[in-house]
Amino acid sequence: MPIQYYIFLSLALFCIGIMGALMRRNAIIIFMSIELMLNAVNLLLTAFSKMYNDSAAQIFVFFIMVVAAAEVAVGLAVIVMMYRKVHSVDVNILNRLKH
Amino acid sequence: MDILQLLFWLLTIMAIGCALGVVLSRNPVTSVIFLILTFFAISGHYLLLNAQFLAIVNIIVYAGAIMVLFLFVIMLMNLNADTEPQKSWLVQLAGVISGGTLFLVLIAAIRNAHLLGVINKESSDIGLIKNLGTVLFKQFVLPFEISSVLFLSAMIGAIVIGKKDTE
Repeated sequence: MPIQYYIFLSLALFCIGIMGALMRRNAIIIFMSIELMLNAVNLLLTAFSKMYNDSAAQIFVFFIMVVAAAEVAVGLAVIVMMYRKVHSVDVNILNRLKH
Repeated sequence: MDILQLLFWLLTIMAIGCALGVVLSRNPVTSVIFLILTFFAISGHYLLLNAQFLAIVNIIVYAGAIMVLFLFVIMLMNLNADTEPQKSWLVQLAGVISGGTLFLVLIAAIRNAHLLGVINKESSDIGLIKNLGTVLFKQFVLPFEISSVLFLSAMIGAIVIGKKDTE
C-alpha cells in the first residue's frame, strides 16, 4: 500500500473538516469538524509511524488525543455557557462580543 | 486484490462518506452518529497499520467519551433539524469552493513529490501497549506528566466556566 493513499485519505478528511467549519453556523457542528481535522492528522501520523517503523509518532498521536479531550471539555463548557446567555448556538449571534 | 487492500478501500469509503454525512446532515444528532462511524472507520485503519493501542484508545476516548459529551450537550439544548441555523447558499458555496481548492492545491503539490515510501505488509509490534508504554515512560515522561497538569487545568476551567453566576 503506497503512502500516497494514506496522504490523500487524510487530506480528504481534513478538507471535509474545513468545509464543515466554513459551511455550518451551529457552534457544535463546527467543533465536530475540528475534531475531524484532528483525526485526519492522527491517521497520517500513524501511517508515517508504520512506514518508518518508529513509535514516537504514535506517542505524538496519543498526546494529540489528550489535548483534544481537554479542548472538548473546555469548549463544550463555553458553548453551554453561551447557550445559557443567548439561548442559541448560532455563531452569527456571537459576532458582537461586547453585547 | 488481497483482503488488506479490500479492507483499506472499504474503510476509506466508509470514513469519507461518513465525514461528508457529518458536514451535510441537517440534524445535529445525525451528525454525531456519523462522526462516531467515522471514528470507527479510522480505528479500523489504525488496526490495519498495526497500531492496536491507538485503535482501542481512539474508540474509548473519541467514540466513547468525547462523542457522548457532544450528544449530551446537544440533547441538553434540545437541538434538532428545525432549530438548525442555515447559512445562505452563497456562503455555503464559498465554503465548498475554498475547501475544495485547498484539497486540489495540496493534491497537486503532493502528487509530484518524491515520496517513495510503501507501507510494508509485515506486521510490526511497535504499536503494542508494552512497547509504547516503554517509550512513553522512558523518552516522553515529562510531556506525560505535563499533560496531567493540562487535564487538571481543563477540568477546573470547565467547572469555572460552566458555573452559574450567583450575584
